[in-house]
Amino acid sequence: MMVAPIELEIGEAIGAPVERKEDHKLLVGQAQWVDNMRVPGMAYMAVVRSPYAHARITRVDVAPALAHADVVAAYSAADLQEEWAGSLPCAWLPTEDTKAPPHLPLAADKARYVGDGVAVVVASSRAAAEDAAELVEVEYEPLPAIVDPEAALAEGAPLVHDELGTNRCYTWRLDAGEVDALFDEAEVIVRGRFRQNRLIPTAIEPRAVLVQPLPANGEFTMWSTTQVPHIARVTLSGVLGIPEAKLRVIAPDVGGGFGSKLNVYAEEALALGLARRLGRAIKWTEGRSEGYLATIHGRDQWQEIELAANADGKISAVRARVVAAMGAYLQLVTPGIPLLGAWLYAGAYDVQGYSFECTGVFTHTTPTDAYRGAGRPEATYAIERAVDALAAKLGKDPVEVRRLNFIREFPNAIAAGLTIDSGDYDAGLDLALGTAGYKELRTEQAERRAKGDPKRLGIGLSTYVEMCGLAPSKILGAIRYSAGGWDTATIRCLPTGTVQVLTGVSPHGQGHETTWSQIAADLLGYDVDEIEVLHGDTAVVPLGMDTYGSRSLAVGGVALYFAAERIVAKARLIAAHKLGVEPSQVDYVRGRFTGPEDSIALKDIALAAWTAHDLPDGVEPGLEASFVYDPPNFSWPSGAHLAVVEVDTETGNVEVLRYIAVDDVGTVVNPLIVDGQIHGGIAQGIAQALFEEAVYDDDGNLLTGNMVSYLVPSAPDLPSYELDRTETPSPTNPLGVKGVGETGAIASPAAVINAVCDALAADGVTDIQMPATPERVWRALEEAKR
Amino acid sequence: MRRVSLSVNGDQHELELEPRELLVYVLRERLGLTGATVGCDTSSCGSCTVLLDGESVKSCTVLGVQADGHRITTIEGLAENGALHPLQESFRTHHALQCGYCTPGMVMAAVSLLAENPRPSEAEIRHALEGNLCRCTGYQNIVRAIEAVA
Repeated sequence: MMVAPIELEIGEAIGAPVERKEDHKLLVGQAQWVDNMRVPGMAYMAVVRSPYAHARITRVDVAPALAHADVVAAYSAADLQEEWAGSLPCAWLPTEDTKAPPHLPLAADKARYVGDGVAVVVASSRAAAEDAAELVEVEYEPLPAIVDPEAALAEGAPLVHDELGTNRCYTWRLDAGEVDALFDEAEVIVRGRFRQNRLIPTAIEPRAVLVQPLPANGEFTMWSTTQVPHIARVTLSGVLGIPEAKLRVIAPDVGGGFGSKLNVYAEEALALGLARRLGRAIKWTEGRSEGYLATIHGRDQWQEIELAANADGKISAVRARVVAAMGAYLQLVTPGIPLLGAWLYAGAYDVQGYSFECTGVFTHTTPTDAYRGAGRPEATYAIERAVDALAAKLGKDPVEVRRLNFIREFPNAIAAGLTIDSGDYDAGLDLALGTAGYKELRTEQAERRAKGDPKRLGIGLSTYVEMCGLAPSKILGAIRYSAGGWDTATIRCLPTGTVQVLTGVSPHGQGHETTWSQIAADLLGYDVDEIEVLHGDTAVVPLGMDTYGSRSLAVGGVALYFAAERIVAKARLIAAHKLGVEPSQVDYVRGRFTGPEDSIALKDIALAAWTAHDLPDGVEPGLEASFVYDPPNFSWPSGAHLAVVEVDTETGNVEVLRYIAVDDVGTVVNPLIVDGQIHGGIAQGIAQALFEEAVYDDDGNLLTGNMVSYLVPSAPDLPSYELDRTETPSPTNPLGVKGVGETGAIASPAAVINAVCDALAADGVTDIQMPATPERVWRALEEAKR
Repeated sequence: MRRVSLSVNGDQHELELEPRELLVYVLRERLGLTGATVGCDTSSCGSCTVLLDGESVKSCTVLGVQADGHRITTIEGLAENGALHPLQESFRTHHALQCGYCTPGMVMAAVSLLAENPRPSEAEIRHALEGNLCRCTGYQNIVRAIEAVA
């Protein structure tokens, strides 16, 4: 018996600043980090890593390590060859001819970046494993290395993978409209060339993995610091040849990810392989400096952008070309990362012609992959910097040029080929300018200039739109991503008055337990505290696509909505039966079914469904429902960010005086959490703009190989953020949600660098490469003087 | 091996330690107090911050044997009779934590700050937290949480 689902009302829990359920255990030191865990018989793994960026491995001798009293086993790549049924996974080969060289957990013939694993040691303690790793004798024949992706494309550059005959991994193109003609007709053309500095994600929890085998059954349980337990299970079963059903992956409390834990790593495969081979539990915890080599990096691209415009500044076409470093191997989504920005190089602006081309290139460096924003900060940076350049060229205010070009009709089929769901870009900009006191700031800026103040004031805008909520499975298929973009929710109304919610997305600091509880509480009429949210364990939630790309709420949260509809639909049948009326005579509002004469609570129906003593014919016992939601579109957060900086022309120092962010992330479920996400994203974006850069020397040595030399900003380095929002609910899902995890990191690098360049415009500075360190700023000023 | 006597959260512990063992590993691995975490290997991140005789230290830069005879307080010892410390409470109400990995160290650093300077300015709070890195919050809500208690 089927009854059409009814549309559920959103009540008071959604939108409320509910304090997080996750916090208590974290605040009293009871979090379950992987590194806290111990199981009987556990041994510790250490990885021997190449000190050379490019070298032939001529000999590996593990015997000296085996002689260490506490060592259990030690293996070279050759010793472990039989453990692998396949390469470490790359799930996104964007073109038919994308080159995907083999990538086994240990390098056998050649090391291809500093940190490439070449041997592994297992010992009874972590200290002994690390000591013994230093005893492994490896002979290398060093070879020339290449670290810059453009240089790696040059004729005669050292090859990362000889057998490919090139360092070019792929070239991917997107062309729409009469781009060349529009450029021919253009009255004004501006060009920009930008560097996307290589970044190290630096989740404060280093990676760790623990594998416990049950040899008698061929089963394995893996606890991992991962964002993607479900993807890890699918892919690692393939790498190891372990039947997927025999592998359970658990992501317990995970200490931040930002994309760095959206991956499937050699160490996870090694721990599984060694646990299988040795029949005992294996644990590995990354050292921070080790992680700076062995955990993926982000960005590392060269970008060129051209805008075609008329003399008023109306943009007609955009042309963008990107050269993106892949690093030495393809990790889970390496080649696809720059393509997540492929549709966004025209930003929030209405254009007719659009052309994008990206070439992925192998270099002798740590592989790149997703880092907060993944492709979208890069695109936003290029267009927002170019729009400022256009304004400067025309002598117009950057606000005016933006307004002239904003997309204003929604949904909007953009030239690049996708459809923006909803937005109001003027509203966001108005709010940001109002909060900032834009006119007054311009006045102060002029006054400072007039009196020759060496501390210049700069005002920078970034009016962005991004696409997240990854993603419609059909589109993912069309762009050759090898999995779907759906996600799952299960609601189980227990007979004793509480609810279990199972979600296929896997949080690592975002507060899903609270947000999902708010949604379920509203839809089902329970208290937030009566909802228990379970996640991150493939045995508890077998089906899921995990957390990345600001997708959790926009996909997993919407799945929860539809699962709640199914609960209510079934419960209504039982309610009608109990009330002695037809289902169509029963109204449902927030946990209560009301018939013509009487009413009954959903909680009572949960008990009745469990006892099953008196159910309508054809209705199964129990009150549980699942939904797998595949989004029909991406979701499109937008907003206006405005940075106010002070640049000291004598020292080159940049200080962010104010940072204003107005974001439209659709419906807000928990404003505390949403604001927190935006704060953190802005901090990481300011860090990209001013502080952070992974630097390699010409030989491929990572010069910023620890937290001392890689400048993660601390509290005094960052300003307070002034937040506001507009809200245009997404019409593509019933909650109206869009996604918020990455907006801050996407918008802020452009706002900050636009502000720095604005401050120095009168000094003749037009661009400063990120990060805009005091030295770079000072040099730019010196060059402008010449 | 050396015999040391540690008072941790009011409990007395007699331990045989290797001279190279860092206090953070003594706490985490020998005493099972996993609240203090390890986020780096260069004394940069502050996740392992605990109180030594009431003052904050990075427990990765103190050898276990150096703590001999001293009084240590970890995040596990901060709540009294089940009631959260005002800073713990304030961190929760101000959403001053996301993943929570840096949080024990951040809270302990804040406890130490307020013991030294009960009415710090925003700038003083930010300066005092310079040795504690958080990658999630952008620091703003941490600063607010401390201001609210000060």
